This record gives sequence, C-alpha cells and structure tokens, in this order.
Amino acid sequence: MTVTAGRTERVALVDLLDRLLATGVVISGEVTLSIAGVDLVYVSLRALVASAATVAPPPELQARE
Amino acid sequence: MAEALWLHAVARDAGGLDGFPGIVGATVRTVAAAGLVAVVSPVDPAEFGEEALRRNLEDLPWLEGVARAHHAVVAAAGERGAVVPATLATVYRDDAGVRAMLEQRRADLDAALDRIGGHTEWGVKVYAGKEPVPVAAPAQQRPASARPGTDYLRRRRAELSAGDERRRRAEDDAEQIHEALAGRADAARRHPPQDRRLTGHAEPMVLNGAYLVGTDDSSRFADAVDELAQRHPGLRLELTGPWPPYSFASAEEASAEETSAGEAPAR
Repeated sequence: MTVTAGRTERVALVDLLDRLLATGVVISGEVTLSIAGVDLVYVSLRALVASAATVAPPPELQARE
Repeated sequence: MAEALWLHAVARDAGGLDGFPGIVGATVRTVAAAGLVAVVSPVDPAEFGEEALRRNLEDLPWLEGVARAHHAVVAAAGERGAVVPATLATVYRDDAGVRAMLEQRRADLDAALDRIGGHTEWGVKVYAGKEPVPVAAPAQQRPASARPGTDYLRRRRAELSAGDERRRRAEDDAEQIHEALAGRADAARRHPPQDRRLTGHAEPMVLNGAYLVGTDDSSRFADAVDELAQRHPGLRLELTGPWPPYSFASAEEASAEETSAGEAPAR
C-alpha cells in the first residue's frame, strides 16, 4: 500500500481531476454554466489520455532507444 | 471592468488568505456577503471567458497549472477552517456576481459547511491483483491433435474465463472493501475507475473510492485501510489524502452513491 500526502507531496493530476471535475456543479458560476459537468470531464480526460499516450511510449519503444 | 473572478471556495472565515498566490500569477482575495466569505482569484476574461475556457480546458499543461493552483488555494483555505470547494472553472463577472451567489445560496452553503467542517477526504484505489496467467505450452510440443482448431478455441476459452473469474473476484472484493470503509466514514462515494493508460498500472482499477472522515479519525481510517490490504494480499490498495472534501461538497453527492460506469475500454 502506498500513501500519498495530499499537501506535502505532489498529488497525481488524474486523482486531482477526478475530484475537481467529476464532483458536479457545487456553485453555479456566471460564465461556465454551459460547459460544466459531463462535457468538461470529457474534454479534459480526452486531453489527458492523448497526452499520457504521448509522454509514455510503450516499454518496448523505450528499450530500443 | 476588465476583470473576472475565479471562485476557489466558500468559507465562514478566510483570515490571512488575502495575498496568497492564486490562479496563474494572480493574488487571492476575498469577497464577503451573507456571513460567508468567497475566496477568489482575479483573472483575465480573455483567458477565462466561456469561449476561451472551452479551448483552454483541452490544453493539458494549461489545465494542470490551473488545477494545481486552485488545489493549493483550496487546501490552504481548508487549513484555516471549514470550506466548500468550488468545482473547477466557476467564474463570475465581478464582485456583485459573487455577492449575489453567496446571498442566494446562503442556506445550502451553511448546511454544507456544517456537514463537512472538521472532516477531510481520503481516497482509496484498489487494483486487481496480477495472478500468474496459465501459459499454454508451445503448440509444437503438444501431442498432435486431430482437431487443432478446436483445441485452440477450448484453451483460449479457458484462459478467458479464468481472466473473467479473477476480475469478477477482484470486483467482489472491492465491493466489500468499499462497504467496510464506508462504515468507518461519515460519507462515501465511488468515482469511476481510472483508465489504465492514466494509472500507470497494468492491472485494472476496480475501486476508486472517496471517504469523508472526521479529522480526529484519520489515523484510525488509515489503519483500517492497512488491515484491509493485509486481508486481501492479491489486491493492490492505494491510499491518497488528506484531500479537501471535494467529493462531498454538495449534499446530493454525499448521499447518493454514484454507480461506477466501469473502466473505459482501453486497448
């Protein structure tokens, strides 16, 4: 088991986004009503997946370099 | 006035937070109304207007910078007392908009502050264990069969059902772990399991739980996680936190447990 301290260590971005994006609209803003919720989660996770795929090539590719 | 306000959190008292570093170079300030205090960062409407936000939220380095800055402010506010964290990208046009929100939502916000004050959030992620997969002997070493195609299909089906069985067992165990932890928390909810491409683990995530725990009960909660990890040696448990109570900021979410949508198909 590993323990990550929320404050002292750098938290994993994906854990942070689970909390910041997927927890629904707590308070309605004036600007962001139409992009809150599902759309927001979708765009950001899509961006994350795309980026994770770019920064972490499969192990066999790394080994060849 | 060319300034919008990014909302970090609402508190009853945010003493000492004025001047804290906020979103991308901004300095945090507070807006008070209805006995509540909103902790905000002044931001550029050109970058944080609706159109711009839509574009920027798809830019990962931008999203990461904003998410981490927001988290730092919410965590700092949380150290000073109860806070209701705002969802990422809650933006107002001016102080009057923030004050109007505080007045309109006063009852909800007060109730939320009462409910989550004195609590922190812990995350527990569970990954299915990687048990050895029975490896079929190379085909040429097998006795010649009259029906190699049928043999292959039978072997393959056995392998697949063994994998399904392991996965199902891990999900059952995850259910028990979640129940046990929910019993030790004042509220619990499940986030959808994270995609394998994001976790960096080959094993699928079978639980992505969040638990609202009284600050004084934190070490007892961590002990319970330890104990469950020992009772399930075939699973990998990860504890994260303490988090500000992000997952429990609104009442509906604290009581209604989310049914997990399952892991997105990853190939």
